[in-house]
Amino acid sequence: MSDEEEDIILSELDDEELVAQMFDDLYDGMKEEIEEGVNILLERGWTPYDILTKALVGGMTIVGNDFRDGILFVPEVLMAANAMKGGMAILKPLLVETGAPRIGKMVIGTVKGDIHDIGKNLVSMMMEGAGFEVVDLGINNAVEKYLDALEAEQPDILGMSALLTTTMPYMKVVIDTLKDKGIRDDYIVLVGGAPLNEEFGRAIGADAYCRDAAVAVETAKDFVKRKHNQLAAGA
Amino acid sequence: MRIDDEELLRTGLPPERRGRVLLIGCGALAHEVLALKAANGWDHLDLQCLPAILHNHPEKIPDAVARAVEAGRETHDEIFVLYADCGTGGLLQARCAALGVEMLAGPHCYSFFEGNEAFAARDEITAFYLTDFLVRQFDAFVTKPLGLDRHPELRDMYFGNYTTLVYQAQTEDPDLTAKARACAERLGLAFERRFTGYGDLETAMSEL
Repeated sequence: MSDEEEDIILSELDDEELVAQMFDDLYDGMKEEIEEGVNILLERGWTPYDILTKALVGGMTIVGNDFRDGILFVPEVLMAANAMKGGMAILKPLLVETGAPRIGKMVIGTVKGDIHDIGKNLVSMMMEGAGFEVVDLGINNAVEKYLDALEAEQPDILGMSALLTTTMPYMKVVIDTLKDKGIRDDYIVLVGGAPLNEEFGRAIGADAYCRDAAVAVETAKDFVKRKHNQLAAGA
Repeated sequence: MRIDDEELLRTGLPPERRGRVLLIGCGALAHEVLALKAANGWDHLDLQCLPAILHNHPEKIPDAVARAVEAGRETHDEIFVLYADCGTGGLLQARCAALGVEMLAGPHCYSFFEGNEAFAARDEITAFYLTDFLVRQFDAFVTKPLGLDRHPELRDMYFGNYTTLVYQAQTEDPDLTAKARACAERLGLAFERRFTGYGDLETAMSEL
């Protein structure tokens, strides 16, 4: 039967079919197809922002939901993320040029002593997809590095990640330093990583623990909205 | 006593119901615990193992241990948990405290095999560790769950920040060393073999 099947020619699909196909291609981690789909939509006059939100983020939302529900597993999510990254690489410079809406800004990094960045990278990508500007500090970040970035970037959100039981307490070191300096409440502090849980997030004084990248995006949006509402009410 | 790695991986090992102290441990420790028991004549210790694959799902460990502890109270006078924190973020420690049972000290087996103090002093953050069991079961713990068999291109996303695969050898076994070296090559990492013996595991068991 498969011999009878014809390859799908992306350029021959109408917009609706193409976006549906891109959802499938993202799900299957097909980077080249995603890049081709993005280029076709650009040629058809779609704005970079619409391609990002309707095709890429829409597709990754399905991936995220199936990961949450135990239908997809980490390798498949990473393949999908890799495909999305291909599309994002094309769109990112264009998004800047076209002045796409920006929801907020986040500084994110893996804490000192920890080199794990898969979860953090997923969060960074999904946050960018949701319209946040993300400054990624990478791995193994000491408190000074976070402080310098906060001062230089003036973000809305500080995100910290850790994969190890031995490194997650360092998040408290960072938060306590922010408190000592009297700047803790200037930022929304979100934390995540496999060994963390909500109780730990509360105990160290974070604003929220985020179970996965999708939750991080929703939590970030929610907190930024509240922050803006508070500012508006206080104005 | 002959035990099968595949069973240790998926189903664990039931207690023999001989010995007044029940050890509830990770299946990845079964060979080592039984070797120590035999070498030292610790007949008062009875080992029950939970599936070793819980190593890859630490969020499931506290509940699994708690169920085994509750069941073990019916059959044994004392219970000791042969898990360290093992990625549970303190939840296993809290659960054991609530149940009134003691457990191994330390963050994970890599630490207690080397000795918790010595391991902490190394402060090495770019090492990826394998024990004897994990070398034997490399495909079950690493290759397949990380999807490297299906998507080898993911390797550097997982391991790009590591520099060295440290094989913590509990026994002298040239075949295992060769396999561990091959694992390092597959992951694109430098290789180091470090003989640890049983470390703090032996000390903890000797005190029971």
